[in-house]
Amino acid sequence: MSIEARHITKTFGAFRALDDVGLTVPTGRLMALLGPSGSGKTTLLRIIAGLEQADYGSGQVLFDDADVTVRPVRRRGVGFVFQHYALFRHLTVFDNVAFGLQVRPRKERPDKDEIRKRVGDLLRMVQLDTLADRYPGQLSGGQRQRVALARALAVEPQVLLLDEPFGALDAKVRKELRVWLRRLHDELHVTSVFVTHDQDEALEVADRVVVMNEGRIEQEGTPDEVFHRPATEFVMRFLGEVNQFHGRVDAGRVAFADVELDAGDHGRLAGPARVFVRPHEWEVSLAAPSQAAIRAVVKRVQSAGPVARLELRTAEGALLNAELPQETLERLGLAVGSEVHVTPRRLRVFAADRVPPTPGV
Amino acid sequence: MTRRHVGVLPGFGPTLGITVFMVSAVVVIPLMGLFVRSAGLGFGGVWETVTTPRVLAAFRLSFGASLIAAAINAVIGFLVAWTLVRYEFPGKRIVDALVDLPFALPTAVSGIALTALFAPQGWVGRLLAPLGLPVAFTPLGVTLALIFIGLPFVVRTLQPALMDLDAEVEEAAAVLGAGRWQILGRVVLPTVLPALLTGVTLAFARAVGEYGSVVFISGNMPHKTEIVPLLIVAKLEQYDYAGATAIGAVMLVLSFAILLAVNLLQGWTGRHREGN
Repeated sequence: MSIEARHITKTFGAFRALDDVGLTVPTGRLMALLGPSGSGKTTLLRIIAGLEQADYGSGQVLFDDADVTVRPVRRRGVGFVFQHYALFRHLTVFDNVAFGLQVRPRKERPDKDEIRKRVGDLLRMVQLDTLADRYPGQLSGGQRQRVALARALAVEPQVLLLDEPFGALDAKVRKELRVWLRRLHDELHVTSVFVTHDQDEALEVADRVVVMNEGRIEQEGTPDEVFHRPATEFVMRFLGEVNQFHGRVDAGRVAFADVELDAGDHGRLAGPARVFVRPHEWEVSLAAPSQAAIRAVVKRVQSAGPVARLELRTAEGALLNAELPQETLERLGLAVGSEVHVTPRRLRVFAADRVPPTPGV
Repeated sequence: MTRRHVGVLPGFGPTLGITVFMVSAVVVIPLMGLFVRSAGLGFGGVWETVTTPRVLAAFRLSFGASLIAAAINAVIGFLVAWTLVRYEFPGKRIVDALVDLPFALPTAVSGIALTALFAPQGWVGRLLAPLGLPVAFTPLGVTLALIFIGLPFVVRTLQPALMDLDAEVEEAAAVLGAGRWQILGRVVLPTVLPALLTGVTLAFARAVGEYGSVVFISGNMPHKTEIVPLLIVAKLEQYDYAGATAIGAVMLVLSFAILLAVNLLQGWTGRHREGN
């Protein structure tokens, strides 16, 4: 089932959480809503679920082509997974998962054996079949979230919505669970939307990513698109580390930090600009290269891990971050105090005069 | 076996010592005195004292009215606690403070106030009497007084439990298709049941021993509206100390049995807490 949200606006008092947002999730896709806290991503998810209503008179929510805007949450047929699990702590794992089936009206309710079989299947799927008689209080965070997922899937929802599903778990469990969520989605193909503020999680798991900021959608695209071709400065900054410079674009060339380079795709801009370079996109060399390069001194080397991280100070006194493969670091023999030349293999330029839109204007 | 377990919390020895001493000095020893005193009658004597029709009627009224009052308090107390926890309304702080008043008033004052209201000439009693519903000087009046003094126990024990109840849990039930009554019956009530039981038990225990607020509104007619504590006082006034302690001892055993049963029930309803 596809999901479509049209012209959704939501205000809480004077705060505008969502500002005329539109979103389409095609059938069977896994979409991530990515953004910092307060960007409106959870509010949008809750409006799709029916746990929250858009402002009166604004917007519509459609499942396939049916308008569900005013359909109460219990009749929307969605599965919802909460950040803090929201399990029924007085019920066993089995009864938690069976809840959605047991509250059905008698004629729609499967019989006892059928319920037992379906819950058993789901618990096997989330690898918790041996813990069916435990209470939520006796499980670890990761296990609880898997119970919550099984519970949401028990009613065979057409749409699965997950609100920061791994937000309360520690790093290792998060990583395992997100791989597992992706595999599960590939098996079930339920149209899914999950909210996260963790860009790695969004980029790794989702088919499509929607980046949100201050109640608006900044960019929507595949993980590759949003990472490699950020549409706005916000997306550039949010999806990974950046080095930022103030510069100018003139006649297809961009000047910043005492270098002048071909502006490439960004040559159509003119005037003051902000220039962004990701740490792994620096070319670092000992000898001055043929093209323009920034001269810098190595202030700090952090080489534990597959990628070495350098902190550099330019001749102008600015600090730069760079990341190099271990081998390159060893080949160049870099250490604190080494003098190097750095030049960006790739850069992105955004006009500096454009003030980012503020909500409510 | 001889290795001492050293916990992080200090003072296990002294605090346990003081606990045992206080429970003994304040609770167990005086109660033992009760048994020792009534033992003077011998088992047969005690049996004879408590099986007279007048005493049996008083036991029925005391425990019956207390149970009914506790049950009614369970419902009313839940509603009051729910309203105070879940909704914002003007004057909420005042209502919240009013709940504690039955705690604070000398019980005799509440008794006189209730009697004044519900006596056949009182403001409320005047309206109820023509309906054939006399309250004062009937078992109904006794129950009413017991509801009055028991309510704060239920409200105050339920409030924190309801505050603890995550709104997300109710949302989760709604998303899964549960209606309002199903959410209340299958999620909210079972989750707060241990606290509700505690509150109802406290209200019941208080009601069984209540004296001051009841004696005015009950009218104290033997066989009809006489409660056990009053009977005990009556015996004392007649210098029948052995008889009074015999009734007291039986009351103690009954109360203890009921409290123990509720405690076991509570352990069962709170079984999901293990491992938490």
